[in-house]
Amino acid sequence: MPVEHEIHFRDSAAKALLDPQLRANFRRAMDGLMSKRLAQFPDPRDLQDLRDLSTAIRSRSLLNLPELLEQFEANCTRNGIQVHWAETCMEANELILGLLQSKGAKTLVKGKSMVSEEMHLNDFLEKHGIEALESDLGEYIIQLDGETPSHIIMPAIHKNKDQIARQFSQKIKDAKYTEDVDELTAMARKVLRQKFLDADAGLSGVNFAVAETGTLCLVENEGNGRMSTHVPPLHIAVMGLEKVVARLEDVAPLYAILTRSATGQAVSTYFNLITGPRGEGEKDGPQEVHLVILDNGRSRIYADPQLRATLRCIRCGACMNHCPVYTRVGGHAYEAVYPGPLGKILTPQMEGVGARHDLIHGSSLCGACAEVCPVEIPIPEILVRLRREATHEDAGSNVAGKGTGRTFSEDWAWRLWAMVHKRPSVYRLATWFATRFGKALPAGAPLIKDWTRSRSKPVPAPRSLSERMRAEGGPHV
Amino acid sequence: MKEVYFYATCLVDLFFPDAGMAGIQLLRQAGVKVIFPEGQTCCGQPAFNCGYWEEARAVARTQVALFPKDLPVILPSGSCAGMMKVHYPELFHGQPDEAQVRAFSARVYELSQFLVDVLDVKLRDLGDPVKVTWHSSCHAVRDLGLKGEPQALIGQLANVELAYLAREYECCGFGGTFSVRQPEISGAMSCDKASDAESTGASVLLSTDGGCLLNVNGTLEAKRSPLRVQHIAEFLWERTRAR
Repeated sequence: MPVEHEIHFRDSAAKALLDPQLRANFRRAMDGLMSKRLAQFPDPRDLQDLRDLSTAIRSRSLLNLPELLEQFEANCTRNGIQVHWAETCMEANELILGLLQSKGAKTLVKGKSMVSEEMHLNDFLEKHGIEALESDLGEYIIQLDGETPSHIIMPAIHKNKDQIARQFSQKIKDAKYTEDVDELTAMARKVLRQKFLDADAGLSGVNFAVAETGTLCLVENEGNGRMSTHVPPLHIAVMGLEKVVARLEDVAPLYAILTRSATGQAVSTYFNLITGPRGEGEKDGPQEVHLVILDNGRSRIYADPQLRATLRCIRCGACMNHCPVYTRVGGHAYEAVYPGPLGKILTPQMEGVGARHDLIHGSSLCGACAEVCPVEIPIPEILVRLRREATHEDAGSNVAGKGTGRTFSEDWAWRLWAMVHKRPSVYRLATWFATRFGKALPAGAPLIKDWTRSRSKPVPAPRSLSERMRAEGGPHV
Repeated sequence: MKEVYFYATCLVDLFFPDAGMAGIQLLRQAGVKVIFPEGQTCCGQPAFNCGYWEEARAVARTQVALFPKDLPVILPSGSCAGMMKVHYPELFHGQPDEAQVRAFSARVYELSQFLVDVLDVKLRDLGDPVKVTWHSSCHAVRDLGLKGEPQALIGQLANVELAYLAREYECCGFGGTFSVRQPEISGAMSCDKASDAESTGASVLLSTDGGCLLNVNGTLEAKRSPLRVQHIAEFLWERTRAR
C-alpha cells in the first residue's frame, strides 16, 4: 500500500550536501566531538567495561520496566512530585496546558528537553497564548530563527559563530554586532536571566529517573536547567517512560558514560537531583513539581524483545557524531525530531516503518554508530529488521506501519534476484551476458543512472572468475 | 596437505576475477590445496540487508550446500565473509537447517584473516618500491572483527610503504543498495574517501572488499585521478609471485 506524504530523506540530504557552509560546520563540530570523546576513553578495555556495565543496567531496567515505573511513581508521589501519564503527545500537551492554565501561567521557561520537541510543545502552547522560551543557549539560538534542533545534544550545531553573531545583532533588542563568544553568551544570558525571574513556570526533561528514591536526574552545562527547575513557582518535568533505572547507584556509571560519550566531558558542569518541591522552611525551589511520563509508541517498542534495545538509549548523541551520513548532511535533513542513527531506528518505529522508509534505507550499515554506542544498541541490526518489517507483514509483529513500505517493483526485483542466484545455470548465463555485453549497457539504465551520478560506469571483467576456473579445469572438486 | 574451499563472491566473480585468482594462488603458494566448487553465486547479503530474508535464505541454502566437507571456506571479502559467518546464523535462526548452517558459518574466513591467523604466512617482497594506502572495509572490521591482518600482510613487504588515510575507518559510501538508493550521500562519502586517498601520495588504494573498491574506483575514474585501486589479494600476489 503506498504511503501518503512520504518524506524524502534523499531529497533533503541532497540539498544539504550542496551547502558547503553547513557541511563545514558539521564536519568541524563532529571531528571535535569525536576526538574529545576518544580522549576520555584512553583505555579500550576500560571503555568496554563501562559499556558492558551501562548496557546491563539499561537492559535490566527495561526488563523490569512496569514494576520500576510503579515503584518510581509511588516514590515520586511520596516526595511530593505529582505524576501524570500520557499515552500520546497530544495528551501530554493537554496535561501541561491544563497545569499552566490552572495556575494562570502565561510564560514558561524551558530547560532542554527532546521529549518536549517530540510533543511540539512550544507550538501547542503558543496557540493557546502561552509563551515558551528556550533557555538552553543552543535551543535559544534556534528558537530565535524558528528552527528545530539539528542535534539532540547541541541543537544549534549547524550554525557557526559568525552566523550566530549576525543573528543576535538582528534579533536581540539593542544588541551590537560581535563575534566574541563570551560577549555573545553574555547577551543571551542577560535576556534569559530576566526570563527566569519573570517566568510563571519552568519545564525540564529528565536524563535518569530513579525508582528507589523517586528522583529526577538532570544533566546540563549551563545552569539553565537548575534555573528552570528551581526559580519559577511551578516545575513541570517531561520524560519518556523508558528513562527509569532501579537504583541511585545505577546512575553513576550511566552518567559517567553519558557525558564522556556526548561531549567528551568527564563530568558536566551541573548535575541536578530533583526529589520534590520546596520543603517546609526551605528558601528556594518550586512550590509544585509535576512529572509527565510520555509513552508515544514506546510501549509498542518495548513489547518487541529485539526492538526493545532501542529504548536503552541515553541520548548522548555519539551515534550522530560518528555517523558518516549525519556528518555530511546534518540533522535537519532527516525531517525528524531525532536525527542520525538513533533517529533512523526510533522515528520509523514511532511514525511507521512505511511512512519513514526513506530513513531506514538512509544508511550504508557501516556500523560506526553501534561501535560507539555507550549502551551497545545494535543499530544496523535494528535497521535491517525495520527494513524487513516495512516490506513484510509478519503476523507476529507489532511494528507500526508494518508492510506499508512494500512496492511491487522492489518485490519483483528481489524475486528475480533470487531466481537468478539460486540457480547456478541461470547465474552462469547472466554473468556470461554481463561479461560480454555489460560494457554496452546505457548509462541511463536503472541503477546505473544513479551509480554514475558521481562515478564512472562499472564494467564487468571480460570473463568471470567462475568461467576462468572452469577453463583452467584445475582446482575443482 | 591442508585443503580449503574458496568462495569467490559475486563482486569478485564479475568485477575482480584477477583478485580471486590471486587469492587462490596465495593460498596455493602457502602450500594449501584449494577447492573451487562450481555453482557459486552470491552470499545473499543484498537481499538480507534490504529485508528480503526468504529470498536471501533461498540463495544462501544453495551456497551452503556447495561446501559439504569440514574444511575452511575462504572469501576474498570481509563483507561477504561477515554475512556468512555472522549473519547466516541470524538469517537461519529457527529454521530446520539452522544447525547445519551454523556449522558452516564457523568455518568461514576472510582471506587475509586466514593467511595471518591460521597459516601465519611469511611473505617475501619481490616488487619495486611503492607507496600504498589502505581502506578498512566497515564490515571486515565491525562485522567480521578483522584486527589489522591485511595491514600486517602489507607490513611484511619490505619495499612497500603504507601511508595511512586520515579517516581509515570511515565508510567509503558503498553500502550495497545504499549506493543507488542514496546516490548523493553515497557519492559525497565516496568523493571524500577518494580525496583522502589522493592526499596520502600513494599510487594504489588497497582494500579487502570489492564493493568498496568498485565504489572508490568509480569516483577516482570520474575525476580522472591517477590513483588506482587494487584488491589486496591481487597486490600481494603480484608482489610475491616467483617470476
